[in-house]
Amino acid sequence: MARSRKHGAANIQRPTWFVYGALAAVLVASLFPFYWTLLIGSGDSSTLRDPNMSWIPGGNFIDNAMRVIENPAVNFWKALGNSIIVSTTVALSTVVLSTLAGFAFAKLRFKGNGVLYVAVIATMAVPVQLGIVPLYILMAEYGWTGTLGAVIVPALVTAFGVFWMTQYLQQALPTELIEAARVDGCNMIRTFWHVAVPAARPAASMLFLFTFVTAWNNFLWPLIILDQSNPTLPVALSMLQANYFVDYSLVLAGVLLATVPLLILFVFTGRQLVTGIMQGALKG
Amino acid sequence: MASTHVDAPAQKYTLRQRLGRLDVKASPYLYIAPFFLVFGIFGLFPIAYTAVISLMDWDTIRNSGEFIGFGNFEYVLNDRKFWIAIRNTFSIFALSTIPQLIIATFIAAMLDHHLKARTFWRMSVLLPYVVMPVAVALIFSQLFADEYGIFNQWLGMIGIDAVQWHKDPLASHWAIATMVNFRWTGYNALILLAAMQAVPRELYEASAIDGAGKLRRFFSITLPQIRPTAIFVIITSTIGGLQIFDEPRMYDTTGNGGADQQWLTVALHMYNTGWGELNFGRASAIAWLLFLLIVVFGLLNFWLTRRLVSSDNTKGK
Repeated sequence: MARSRKHGAANIQRPTWFVYGALAAVLVASLFPFYWTLLIGSGDSSTLRDPNMSWIPGGNFIDNAMRVIENPAVNFWKALGNSIIVSTTVALSTVVLSTLAGFAFAKLRFKGNGVLYVAVIATMAVPVQLGIVPLYILMAEYGWTGTLGAVIVPALVTAFGVFWMTQYLQQALPTELIEAARVDGCNMIRTFWHVAVPAARPAASMLFLFTFVTAWNNFLWPLIILDQSNPTLPVALSMLQANYFVDYSLVLAGVLLATVPLLILFVFTGRQLVTGIMQGALKG
Repeated sequence: MASTHVDAPAQKYTLRQRLGRLDVKASPYLYIAPFFLVFGIFGLFPIAYTAVISLMDWDTIRNSGEFIGFGNFEYVLNDRKFWIAIRNTFSIFALSTIPQLIIATFIAAMLDHHLKARTFWRMSVLLPYVVMPVAVALIFSQLFADEYGIFNQWLGMIGIDAVQWHKDPLASHWAIATMVNFRWTGYNALILLAAMQAVPRELYEASAIDGAGKLRRFFSITLPQIRPTAIFVIITSTIGGLQIFDEPRMYDTTGNGGADQQWLTVALHMYNTGWGELNFGRASAIAWLLFLLIVVFGLLNFWLTRRLVSSDNTKGK
């Protein structure tokens, strides 16, 4: 894309040292909080109050991390496992169900298509908090309080997901392909599987990442519905803070432990997330 | 499309073809059903139910309520805490959204160059976005610690007195807004960048030939051209900003929004009323008031942005 631009335009958009300097400053500002967390998390609780604090990480990180992991009040492994289960399930199901619905909205003709699609979009404006009290009552009624199901089931599919896949499939999937598959005798679900799914793959992988990150970071609802014995990572972190707030090194070592998995994921898939966000904005 | 066969009379079809027609007619509904099922049970129904509960004195132990009319709304609206929460929410929202969008636009403009290692820079601005808000809040509440925080140490170095980040309301709003900005600026920058990349490069060339400088090109071409995306970004950050919960909740160890409600937000107030005081009726009333606030403010924002950005546009011409 960039390479095909005309030469004149290229000259206008040539970066100066100022551009690189500004971006480098942004990078430093984004990295500083992590580095500082590493400094405190690898020291002991006196590090924070030491005005002549060293800017080289100390040697206590493993120690601090072990104290977090072995802490019965935090349930670290359980929280990590739960976060992985919740995020993966929610992301997978959102992708599958949104692609199905997106395929129907984008390419199939049925009564009420337009109205129902507008209904989907309209639900995006509704804030989560609005329904949270009765949702809790509902879950308590069914005895789901404290279980992962209570976190997973309400998030199985999102309006954003349906919107995203519909928008994408409208453009990426030629209607002639569907017709051809139908003429060849494919039923709807086979058409979906052999024609829509391959076309949807780029948007689907972006939606997976996006939903995964959102589910991983979700705090309010898990805080309400889960308890100390069965937390997700954000809930576990909040307990770590409530119980050990004087021991900053412990708390920040916990923060690092909880942050690293997603940072690793980001290193491998960030490129896709970036392209996805850029694509979505163009259509939005 | 397959449904063009519809006009032909049905009896001419074989069983297989009839099944096929049923498939064409019924399948779409099956495919969209899961969304409406999940949204109906876990979205729509609770919202309607919130309205009912907000009119009740709810007993969390018996799990049932007694109808009391608008008593909860009356109580909430007469409660000083609610209005402080409104003030705080708006203050934090303004302190985060405004600087954030200005910086995001600046970063997007920087990224909209022929950069070496383009993907690297884009990924680096998105990095904070993947970090849990809870983790961000824990980190920044230490950076902003009143006595030993590193920001106060730095201020001390240039001879400025320590700021009471956890005592002074405005200072605490700045601190919480900083956490929000840390996480969302890069994300919004990428969305704005996408819009900037779609601006026809010829416009820049032509204006360069006419002698327009970099700044002039930015204000007269880039900004007006990315207007729809800018509105989108402003609306989404308004909705998100008014619901802010994670950061104020984690800003101190008690999670109550400060000793004197310095950083109590509406969402946090709702949580504390519902799950701290176990008063579900009042919590539901707060939830509805918050929703109303979001709708009114969203519309206001939309109207304002359209006016502002379009007047910029005419000035540019």
